Amino acid sequence: MSAIRAFQAVRSGRIDSHRVRAVLRKEVTDYRRNRFVLGTMTVLPILFLVNPIINIFTAPTTVSHTALDARVGSTMLFMLLVPVILPATISATSIVNEREQGTLEPVLTTPVRSEELLIGKALAALIPAVAIAYTMLGIFLLMVKLFAHQQVADATLEGPRILAQVLFIPLLAGWAIWAGLAVSVRANDVRVAQQLGTLASLPPLAITALMAFNVITPSFRVAVLFAVGLLLLDVMAYRLIAPMFDRERLITARGAK
Amino acid sequence: MTATMDDPVLVVDKLTKTFSSRTAYSDVTFSVGRGEVFGFLGPNGAGKTTTVRSLGTLITPTSGKATVAGLALNAENAVEIRKRIAIMTEAPGLYGRLSVTENLKYFVGLYHLPDGEQRIKKALEAVNLTDRAQDICSSLSKGLRQRVGLARTLLNDPEILFLDEPTSGLDPVAARGVHDLITGLRDRGVTIFFTTHRLAEAEALCDRVAILNTTLRTIGRPSELREQLFNRGLVVITAAPLADPARVFTGLPGVQSWESDPTGGYRLAVSDPAVAAPEVVRALVHAEADVLSVGESRHSLEDVYLELVNEDVEANQR
Ligand SMILES: Nc1ncnc2c1ncn2[C@@H]1O[C@H](COP(=O)(O)OP(=O)(O)OP(=O)(O)O)[C@@H](O)[C@H]1O
Ligand SMILES: [Mg+2]
Repeated sequence: MSAIRAFQAVRSGRIDSHRVRAVLRKEVTDYRRNRFVLGTMTVLPILFLVNPIINIFTAPTTVSHTALDARVGSTMLFMLLVPVILPATISATSIVNEREQGTLEPVLTTPVRSEELLIGKALAALIPAVAIAYTMLGIFLLMVKLFAHQQVADATLEGPRILAQVLFIPLLAGWAIWAGLAVSVRANDVRVAQQLGTLASLPPLAITALMAFNVITPSFRVAVLFAVGLLLLDVMAYRLIAPMFDRERLITARGAK
Repeated sequence: MTATMDDPVLVVDKLTKTFSSRTAYSDVTFSVGRGEVFGFLGPNGAGKTTTVRSLGTLITPTSGKATVAGLALNAENAVEIRKRIAIMTEAPGLYGRLSVTENLKYFVGLYHLPDGEQRIKKALEAVNLTDRAQDICSSLSKGLRQRVGLARTLLNDPEILFLDEPTSGLDPVAARGVHDLITGLRDRGVTIFFTTHRLAEAEALCDRVAILNTTLRTIGRPSELREQLFNRGLVVITAAPLADPARVFTGLPGVQSWESDPTGGYRLAVSDPAVAAPEVVRALVHAEADVLSVGESRHSLEDVYLELVNEDVEANQR
């Protein structure tokens, strides 16, 4: 419903995609020159790829089918941390940072709408996070297919499992971004924002954990159902955060100076 | 082009802004004509920046009304108002990792303007920064950043340009550059609303000034304000002190009172210098005084400002 309304807002010109793109372009240029962001974007994925690969390749093949499944599930769940933590850190600081630098006020003097600013910033966190997470997944699956023991490969390269992973990556990232931006809009301090943002981004992982640990048996139906649930959560989060963007408070509140 | 009050682009009516406990400005009423250069003066904490932010739709006034560029100041009109104006904020607020051009490009995007490159080129020329276009902003000096901030406000060809202390931190040559820019914009019909602590600057540039100290203390042409506040006067300088100044000055037509100036010479309060001056000269010649000069005494805008602001300080001490 609200996805349709958001689409209508774009169509009717309430949200100007040109402005959204301007925000996105600027954010990406800025990140590419930010050592902290670049560092996080390289180190985190490597860390979170090496561990799963080791985990899978050292999996004992003599154990029961269920035990193997659990191992594969937890390994893939672990990889989902990247599209959660990465965009959460980026988005949690993105507004409070601008307040600290004094760049937010000039931006707010232009006709840009809060929604345009938020969507632009969200995309700037979403795109790299999803690209990195898909690359990680691709490398992981390829390694498994080429080098893993047949039994492990069979347990890993299961349709529903991969579909769930592919669907969950952008949806979890979406949640993490809105949670991060919500923190960023309210926080007065960059460090606090970063910590709170990461914390707030984690809860939906619990739902996917149910599937990873076979509490709920992964099937196409379950994967899609969960994905729809996550999507609704994302849309709701967006609806909640846009009104939280209080220009006056962002400009005049003490703290971020 | 001369500004006319028949065509105000900014009308402010009893505007008040109160933060939780502190009143930033109160009951402010004035209007600014199209093409006018309007100076907004006042001591630190007077409410100048808060007024600019309110008129720029960044913060919501507590009470009162305003019309900005033909639109009522309210949440519904906010986006449209922001399209028609530009604000140079107190701090330039540039992205340090982006170049000058990249910073400006972002704002062209936020305004959704056509011919971005052309606009950026013109804005940079206007503030004399063409040769620094590719510099990364964190490497710029304070004054150069200020100029980038100024260039940014030119991008959307605003009807009203709000400048919050545009010359603070600029060297005299750069400040002169800003003055020329303001004059040039006024000639093109842009209305300029600027705050400053440089009174000489306000006096030289502004068609009218307002002095704010939470409430509006006065408003008018700099020359009018001087006359309202100070008696008009003549300053007489003679080579040697007069033997009997009382006999020379007392009772002359147009001369209300006189006093000797501690630095030498005499100060006369007059109703109309044009009437009094010839009489004074005749009387001096008659008394065989060696006259060096007879001139109108000048009070600067600074005198007006200090007089009003000191009144407030004294009132607060009482
Ligand atoms: N967010 C806020 N909360 C409480 N008080 C505020 C806030 N913002 C401004 N004020 C107060 O409102 C008053 C006006 O501040 P403002 O910044 O408008 O002054 P100004 O005239 O621009 O001063 P300056 O010449 O120093 O720039 C000050 O007393 C200031 O402390
Ligand atoms: Mg100020």
